[in-house]
Amino acid sequence: MASIKLKPKARKGVIGIKCLIKHPMETGLRKKKGKIVPANYIENMVILHNGNKVLDADIGSSISENPYFKFNVPGKKGDIIELKYKDNKGKTGSATTKSK
Amino acid sequence: MKKRLFLKSAMAGSAVATAVGAGLLTPSMAFANSVSFKIKSDAASVSVASAGQGSFKFKAPKIAENGAVVPMTVDASKIKGVTNISFYIKSNSTPLVASFNLSGAQGYVSTRVKMGKTSPVIALVTAGGTTTSKTQEVKVTIGGCGG
Repeated sequence: MASIKLKPKARKGVIGIKCLIKHPMETGLRKKKGKIVPANYIENMVILHNGNKVLDADIGSSISENPYFKFNVPGKKGDIIELKYKDNKGKTGSATTKSK
Repeated sequence: MKKRLFLKSAMAGSAVATAVGAGLLTPSMAFANSVSFKIKSDAASVSVASAGQGSFKFKAPKIAENGAVVPMTVDASKIKGVTNISFYIKSNSTPLVASFNLSGAQGYVSTRVKMGKTSPVIALVTAGGTTTSKTQEVKVTIGGCGG
């Protein structure tokens, strides 16, 4: 169960969005006891601001385990920020928060 | 007997070498993709000249003690119309780390990446159809000796 921490904070007309996604981010190159650990990483991530797409990221396996991102989006307090992601196994996750 | 053993091992060695050569095919293919990427960025930096080179901030550590978590930041919020921010690590098996397509967000991305070994890290910012780049070498120390 992947969990997402999403913390948007508005300041001077800009919302700073910090997000931390719990995900193993396996590259598919690492070995454990001689067996290759299958690849499992986030491929695509979208951030929505009041329902409008503001960011669309294509992510490779070189992003670290439990990936952390920070973005700035123009907006104000009370705006709704939504994060959605999809990994290479087709698993999806999402989180929605009101900006502070 | 020893001679024979030596020959055997030599043969095995060459076999390994060819296997590695064959195995290298996939990374080189990945690299071909990145090369075109680099050419794109180089061409862009030539056309934009010095103005495009240093117009955004790229923050990455000079020495990363733990290659599994290397924080880095691109701050191009002063540039208008930033459409894409990408990170690119030369020596990784998947060189293009991530590509953020911005449509409404400011030109600011901060993240953590994995690095296999010491390598130059390139940040690419596309604004108004032109791509500019900035490079920084990040040293990865595995032994913890501080390089």
